[in-house]
Amino acid sequence: MRTPLSVRLFQSLPRTGWLALAIFAAIAWIAIPAAHLLLPEGHALYVSAYTVTLMGKILCYAVVAVAMDLIWGYAGILSLGHGVFFALGGYAFGMYLMRGIGTDGSYGVALPDFMVFLDWKELPWFWVGSDSFLWALIMVVAVPGLLAFVFGWFAFRSRIKGVYFSIITQALTYATMLLFFRNETGFGGNNGFTDFKRILGYDITSPQMRLVLFGLSAALLIAVLILGRYLVTSKFGRVLAAIRDAESRVRFIGYQPTQYKLAIWTLSAVLCALAGALYVPQVGIINPSEMSPANSIEIAVWVAVGGRGTLIGGVIGAFIVNLAKSFFTVSFPDYWLFFLGFLFIGVTLFLPDGVVGLWRKLRGRRPAATETATPTPAATPQGAKA
Amino acid sequence: MSLSLHHLLRVFLLAVCCTLGSAHAAPSTETLARLADDDSDTRIAAIAELGAEGSAQSVALLDALADEALALTGDGHLVILTDTGALDAASGEAIEPYPDDADPLMINNRVRNALQSAKAATNIRASDRSTRLAAAQLLRDSASELLMPILEPALATEQDKEIRSILALAVARVNLASAEPAKRILAAQRLGDSSDASVKAMLATLLDKDAKGQFIEPDAEVRAAAKASVQAIERRLAMADLASTAFTGLSLGSILLLAALGLAITYGVMGVINMAHGELLMVGAYATYVVQGLFRSYLPDYVDSYVLAAVPVAFLAAAAVGMLMERTVIRWLYGRPLETLLATWGLSLVLIQTARVIFGPQNVEVANPAWMSGGVSTYADIVLPWNRLVIIGFAIFVLLLVWLMMQKTRLGMFVRAVTQNRAMAGCVGVPTARIDTLAFGIGAGIAGLGGCALSQVANVGPAMGQGYIVDSFMVVVLGGVGQLAGAVTAAMGLGLMTKILEGWAGAVVAKILVLVFIIIFIQKRPQGLFALKGRFVED
Repeated sequence: MRTPLSVRLFQSLPRTGWLALAIFAAIAWIAIPAAHLLLPEGHALYVSAYTVTLMGKILCYAVVAVAMDLIWGYAGILSLGHGVFFALGGYAFGMYLMRGIGTDGSYGVALPDFMVFLDWKELPWFWVGSDSFLWALIMVVAVPGLLAFVFGWFAFRSRIKGVYFSIITQALTYATMLLFFRNETGFGGNNGFTDFKRILGYDITSPQMRLVLFGLSAALLIAVLILGRYLVTSKFGRVLAAIRDAESRVRFIGYQPTQYKLAIWTLSAVLCALAGALYVPQVGIINPSEMSPANSIEIAVWVAVGGRGTLIGGVIGAFIVNLAKSFFTVSFPDYWLFFLGFLFIGVTLFLPDGVVGLWRKLRGRRPAATETATPTPAATPQGAKA
Repeated sequence: MSLSLHHLLRVFLLAVCCTLGSAHAAPSTETLARLADDDSDTRIAAIAELGAEGSAQSVALLDALADEALALTGDGHLVILTDTGALDAASGEAIEPYPDDADPLMINNRVRNALQSAKAATNIRASDRSTRLAAAQLLRDSASELLMPILEPALATEQDKEIRSILALAVARVNLASAEPAKRILAAQRLGDSSDASVKAMLATLLDKDAKGQFIEPDAEVRAAAKASVQAIERRLAMADLASTAFTGLSLGSILLLAALGLAITYGVMGVINMAHGELLMVGAYATYVVQGLFRSYLPDYVDSYVLAAVPVAFLAAAAVGMLMERTVIRWLYGRPLETLLATWGLSLVLIQTARVIFGPQNVEVANPAWMSGGVSTYADIVLPWNRLVIIGFAIFVLLLVWLMMQKTRLGMFVRAVTQNRAMAGCVGVPTARIDTLAFGIGAGIAGLGGCALSQVANVGPAMGQGYIVDSFMVVVLGGVGQLAGAVTAAMGLGLMTKILEGWAGAVVAKILVLVFIIIFIQKRPQGLFALKGRFVED
């Protein structure tokens, strides 16, 4: 007899996991809003607008990190182009936000400012429907999902994997970035979208809207964590891990790795896109630099810092790296890249299982079965296999 | 030879002058009178006569008129005013006393232009080649029918091929406006030898119709000749376009090759994913910059040869950085490509920031040495810049170097042995760990050479390496791992493809199309690109 889905979902997390999520939800949905709205400015526990936005931003990054962990930690696919899905989600929702400006733009016409600037008389065909919130939500999921599906279908079908896949994804995000940098592409070129005014008629800069977006980000993260945990503990997740560790054997047994990889790859891209859609209204801008290869590779380091194949590691990594980034770029802007660079090196050399792995080691616990991911590092270059 | 030539010319000119009705070597009084006329056309005709006649006195008159030093005295006498006194315009003899009532002749722009062509017409007989060339070029664009008496003989006697072709164009251009259809036909045919877009436009006007639908050029034969010439020019321009696209494509290809050759060793042979490869290029470029600075400070006399000194320095600097990277980071990650990728990305960030701290965030200026600036002009006005030619040559040199090193030296043999069968190589006494370091150092050093070359054609700044990393990987992956020939083919193919697409769709779209092409290509032929030599079974 099959266990009902709700029960299986519930069983996928241990009791402590549910407890942690409940505490997190309470903080995000009750404590922080209360501290932001009710406490006077200057109160010791007051949470400033800057902090709320920063946290909301990092929550979105954390969703991306979990999505990345799903494919890298569990399926062994390292994407260096996840920024493209994040940015496409952001652009898809940004189109709605641009239309929401209405006639309040600098030129006082219904067209977005950059189109007036380009001397366009009407909206291009791909902007049709962008004034509808529902359509925007559909596009947020559909466009990056479709791109990921098509790209993944071609890549996995021709059994591209490992580093080659990584480099191709990097080329993908790089090419898309170049495309979006062009003014003629129709997405604001260099400057992208900014200067948003309202969502569904509500002022986007109001504290309430800020908290709603923050709360939604937290909700998305919780949902993604539960979904992720459910997936990786299911049979599907086990097949994925098997593919990661020995793809050919899985194929010989009779599974079709392509379908599994394609499914998790597309899901991961869609999760990124959702995070992007929540990210844009919070930071108030989206431009092509979000697609730069450097941004995408940074996502990988969040996961590496937190610990691959742990899901929660992505969240921890995203918080550690981004808080450090805020700290460095404000206080020691010259040293941020040194820090990030040495973080990349240090984590790969000394912390292969990330912070979570370190924590488990310190507590003397055997790493979970999923963590035997990395084949024993023999000190031999790749060529030696031949 | 030149004496007899001049003699001939004189005789010829004399004949010309006779037909014009002035039998003297010196300008006639009648010409002088017209020079001071109120009507510009009369004056221009007189100026042209002087130019065609070309005696020393005429040249002096033209110069004086151009300087507004030619003056008319109260009694209608022309004099040339100088700093020391006044000269008679006709004879050039000094006039005493100084004529106080002399009024300098004013000239307008039309007259000034006519003066310039007349001056050029006198220069066309100069013995100095460059003077003649400049005169011919001026005449090509400004000659009028009045100067024909000088142009035609000059064309007949000119020995220099380049000047003659320019003069022929000038003559044809004038003849195109001639009243005789036969001359116009000949001129239209002549102009077909040009490869100048402006000549093409000039000929094309002959084929136009006026408002009433009538051809501007009444003679059908002239039109046919003009049409044939227009087509000939178009063909030539298209050829020139193709040739210059091919050249810029090859030039870009050799840049790509230089950027990717180092990677062909570290990645292609050793299998190390080095995301800091672009920064090794940067190290080479900055090394070149430093050498340039040292030469400027300490050896200003030899500053033009700094590039030659920079080549080994760039190699050593990048090789040192590379070996350090291998010893401290990369060697611990052999066999874990994804981790190598992340760690070397970290290394690249550190290197970028280091460059920023040492040299500042701005691009630094690396100048081409004098012998690398300018270019060679070839067929149909295409100029091949020297720095591009040098880069192509340098790419060939580096390629040869890599090939020799890998195939002909003991070190190269060890590198190949270690990558083919590490355990066996170790058994027969190859120090595998040291070979790894050395091989990586050589790959890095070659990247440094690439950086040295790039500093001559591209910006040198902390972020310069980032732009090349994707391209370099594309070249190596596309060309096939571990094959120099593959890298060469891929680099040249990508270079040409980019330039052809650029002409057709613009730079950004071309770049995107190339990336899309590579992605599709790799989909089609993954096994051919990824397979390592020998029998290889994954898990």
